[in-house]
Amino acid sequence: MNIKLTEKASVIKPLSKHSGIAVPMLSNNIDTDQIIPSREMKKVSKRGLSEGLFAGQRYQTADPKDRTLNPEFILNIEPFNQATILLSGKNFGCGSSREHAAWAIHEFGFKVIIAESFGSIFRINCLRNGILPVILSAENISLLNNEVMQDPVANKISVDIDALTVHSPSAKQFSFELESHFQEMLIGGLDFISLTLKRQKQIDAFIEKDKRKRQWAYL
Amino acid sequence: MALTLFDKLWQQHTVTDLSDNSTLLYIDRVFMHERTGSIALVSLEDKDRPVANPSHAFCTMDHIIDTFPGRGDETLMPSGKEFIVSTRDAAKKANIRLFDINDDDQGISHLVSAEQGITLPGLSVVCPDSHTCTLGALGAMAWGIGSSECEHALSTQTLHVSKPSQLRVRFEGTLNKGVTAKDLILTLISRYTSAGAKGMAIEFAGSVVENMSMDSRFTLCNMATEFSAFTAMIAPDQTTFDYIAERKYAPKGELLEQAMQDWSDLRSDQDATFDQEITILCDDVHPMISWGTSPEHSIAVDQNITIDANQQTDSVDTALAYIDLEPDQSLLGLPIDGVFIGSCTNGRLSDLIAASEVLKGRQIKKGLRAICTPGSAKVKKSAEAMGLDKIFKSAGFEWREPGCSLCFYAGGEGFEPGQRVVSTTNRNFRGRQGPGVRTHITSPYMAAAAAVEGQISDCRKYL
Repeated sequence: MNIKLTEKASVIKPLSKHSGIAVPMLSNNIDTDQIIPSREMKKVSKRGLSEGLFAGQRYQTADPKDRTLNPEFILNIEPFNQATILLSGKNFGCGSSREHAAWAIHEFGFKVIIAESFGSIFRINCLRNGILPVILSAENISLLNNEVMQDPVANKISVDIDALTVHSPSAKQFSFELESHFQEMLIGGLDFISLTLKRQKQIDAFIEKDKRKRQWAYL
Repeated sequence: MALTLFDKLWQQHTVTDLSDNSTLLYIDRVFMHERTGSIALVSLEDKDRPVANPSHAFCTMDHIIDTFPGRGDETLMPSGKEFIVSTRDAAKKANIRLFDINDDDQGISHLVSAEQGITLPGLSVVCPDSHTCTLGALGAMAWGIGSSECEHALSTQTLHVSKPSQLRVRFEGTLNKGVTAKDLILTLISRYTSAGAKGMAIEFAGSVVENMSMDSRFTLCNMATEFSAFTAMIAPDQTTFDYIAERKYAPKGELLEQAMQDWSDLRSDQDATFDQEITILCDDVHPMISWGTSPEHSIAVDQNITIDANQQTDSVDTALAYIDLEPDQSLLGLPIDGVFIGSCTNGRLSDLIAASEVLKGRQIKKGLRAICTPGSAKVKKSAEAMGLDKIFKSAGFEWREPGCSLCFYAGGEGFEPGQRVVSTTNRNFRGRQGPGVRTHITSPYMAAAAAVEGQISDCRKYL
């Protein structure tokens, strides 16, 4: 048995500007076990994972055969079930390195996560999958949340990846930081491996020199 | 210019500095397991991208396989077999050494990588697993990545990384009775919060670390990820070199001499500066246990639940509701349903020895479910040679095959909803050990003491 991934290449859709409904999940330390529990990672695949997104809170029971929605969970409430931007607190995506968390979030439809800080592996997993992680202060996140909650449908948040700015519904503007290689990758929908393989000669030259210096490190 | 240990390893592995202050780093070893490594291997194969250097890539089975005696490819986890079989196929096709189920050297990734001499001082090591930082204990630059970065490392032997800032944590003073590396790292995280390391690279230092065994150093570095660190490392010394000697993939003879020469420089220069420094006086540290749903929710066992001002109120309220406890409550005497001893945090021989010191000649509380899962086949074999299996079994523990086991529902196995479990693992996240399970993370001494009494208790009375 050899299960093939359903996709042919990691084609990431370019993302340079986005405007959408935001959902507040403002707790700290929302870990990747909460984002997608172990029991929901059922296939050797990057697809079909959105059903397991926040499964522990989204459904009435933990039985994967029973998908009765928990009406109190925010992602089950209109219009937040159509959210494409997620607002959170400190350390979002901490814990396990499972990239399934990023795949599930992406497949659910999220494009942007705005938090005070991120788990470092999760942050890179997002960037590798066309999701923009934005770090803003608690104060600014709270301001965004207040504006959104006045009218979640009308009060959309906008993000400009060219300018590295977040725009609140009332047009307040916040800048954020992003490494330029990730910025280019998101805007161009670029495949990182292909970009690196363009440096093959440089890598080979490094290895040749390094082998002479650290022969013990080579098997 | 004075350099830190991390600076030195970063420099040695720099293929090229890129225009945006990031670096293309050479990766010495890629280690994988069947949950996330499988996807990386299958995805590469699907794109017809070869593994650039299969002799530097390794894979084990630990996350999906179960730990029942006599196990095979079938697990309680629906579709678990798919992960196992496709990992095996993909590893074979890519010509990668796989530590398969029931292989004499199988075990949890980070244990196998160390035991086999795959990770060595001075190497850059990645694995699609957040606890890869464990291996920094050997003086390696080791960090956890996702599956996409794993594909990148496999096919290019490099990763594109922005250099993290650096934190040194010194553990000084004297260790109190019953205090282990687990208690030190839980103390650090509870004082500075689980976001405290802010993506920094940590160097653990100080007299207490210098005097630690390798097993304890692994435990200390293991939970750097729960502290939000990029990684953690400890400068290699004689303890490290003694550990490495004769390991299968470690250099021998002349190559070892050459390596030793390189390794002798693997320490931070005396006047090297760090972005942040923390010192923990170990005389103030007591056996620790978690009360909530984040490792930062940890207290000394004889303390009442205290809410730190840094811990946001709504998270604390949700944590207390989930774990079914009240503010200011003591954990001592709290009845429990299960105990788990094992994992990449505390599944090594010295952990099992510690637990057995408490369990020897004693019985676990009737009705309690207690499981011990050695972290690797090597650990299991050594433990059995010492008769530890008999101590665990006659106390009433299940004695399992190596793997991640009940750390997170591996093999589709969990505790029951609402059960309270004392565990030597690293994450007390909600649902981590099964939906609705209330996990208290702690040291092997404390877990064994809890097993004996059927309630959370102070291990010191047994030592």
